[in-house]
Amino acid sequence: MGGYFSYLLDGANWTFESNGFFTRILEHLGYTAVAVLVAAVIAFPIGLLIGHTNKGAFFAINLGNAARAVPTIGILFLVLALAGLGLVPVIAALVALAVPPILTTTYAGIRSVDPAVVDAARGIGLREKQIVTQVELPVALPIIMGGLRNAVLQVVATATIAAYVGQGGLGRYLFSGLALRDYPRVVAGSVLVAVLAVLLDLAISGIQRLLVSPGTDGRAAKRRAKGSGAKRGDDGTTAVLASTGGAEPGSSP
Amino acid sequence: MEFFSDLVEYLEINYSTVLQAITDHLYIGLVPVVIAFVLSLPLGFLVVRYSWLRVPLLTLSSVLYTIPSLALILVIPGILQTNILDPNNVVIALTIYGLALLVRTTADGLSSVDPLIVQAATAMGYKPVRRWFAVDLPLALPVVLSGLRVATVASVSMASIAALVGIGGLGQLFTRGFQLGFYPPPIVIGLVLSVALAVLADLVIVLVQRAVTPWTRLRQGA
Repeated sequence: MGGYFSYLLDGANWTFESNGFFTRILEHLGYTAVAVLVAAVIAFPIGLLIGHTNKGAFFAINLGNAARAVPTIGILFLVLALAGLGLVPVIAALVALAVPPILTTTYAGIRSVDPAVVDAARGIGLREKQIVTQVELPVALPIIMGGLRNAVLQVVATATIAAYVGQGGLGRYLFSGLALRDYPRVVAGSVLVAVLAVLLDLAISGIQRLLVSPGTDGRAAKRRAKGSGAKRGDDGTTAVLASTGGAEPGSSP
Repeated sequence: MEFFSDLVEYLEINYSTVLQAITDHLYIGLVPVVIAFVLSLPLGFLVVRYSWLRVPLLTLSSVLYTIPSLALILVIPGILQTNILDPNNVVIALTIYGLALLVRTTADGLSSVDPLIVQAATAMGYKPVRRWFAVDLPLALPVVLSGLRVATVASVSMASIAALVGIGGLGQLFTRGFQLGFYPPPIVIGLVLSVALAVLADLVIVLVQRAVTPWTRLRQGA
């Protein structure tokens, strides 16, 4: 068993050199960040708009289901054939992967806001824009963040395909290990991607705790209940994922 | 128009390759879902019956989610001592993902069954095992099958990854296009067929669902 981890544990690989772990991790994080950011810029406003107006709900609901049927590497190779080698096809495929979960959960989050709350906000004279940014968004934030987490998780796992088309990232160890029949190298790449995914997930859930008001996700209520001895703990991490249907197992590659 | 003639030409020359890709794809995409579904029923039962199992089992499935499938497909041969090109590596990997998804929805479905109905069934004399199959399971089916739909579509779509490590399936049409110098026809054919298979499998489950849960439609009509 020890031999399998030899590549991962070899200190000579933990460098910022061109094929060092740190370089590949940074490349991998770079692809992930760019793709999720572009996807969020596209999906987030559309989700807010559809959620607030409830126009185009059919589109929002079915996009998630339809997107699940499209293989990400199919998009990768199609854009590759149209645009040529480079980073564009990789980012395009990853954006296509990240848009549906962000869009559908943003929509679902906004729709989950109690209509009475929105009516009350309208009643005290808030403008539509204020209702979206000051009422619907804060209340929907736990669900929206769940979608973002799901998107990041899928993208960070799928970014390994970049290496197949000559780009960098942690997929390099998977494909070069496969080509060289160097199993420890494959193990190193796999472990690093999995650990990176888990760490990113933890980081986002930390950010979520900072961003989400304690009043909207039950933390304040729990704190109050703790005094009286009642306790109900639900990790809440994946419940949102499952309930919004944005989840995709294994997050592809 | 030239593109469509290219498509037709590619299909004419390579139809046996494409057919083989479809069969391979169905094997590595659908077999995992069937295995995962069968395994998820007892696991879902355990999660609902023994509530202390809920958190560890469901946490385990979310952790399994985060393992990239490409990594898993490549690591499995080392653990199980299978050949690196064995399609069953993909089947095992996709089974794990399917299971991760289905245990949760099966547990959700089973716990959504009204306890009063279960009590009534017990009062009518159902023994536990028969009651579970005749009452609990059918009533859980709408939720269970909706989870199965998600798992099936995801599995069929993810099966394309196999081609990146040299295992068959429709993904091989993508890599073929890549190797032919970015030639789009096989890529487009692969994409269309992959989506079509996923949609078709989804449709089959919807039809089964309509057949086995007639009461869900009755309630809507009333």
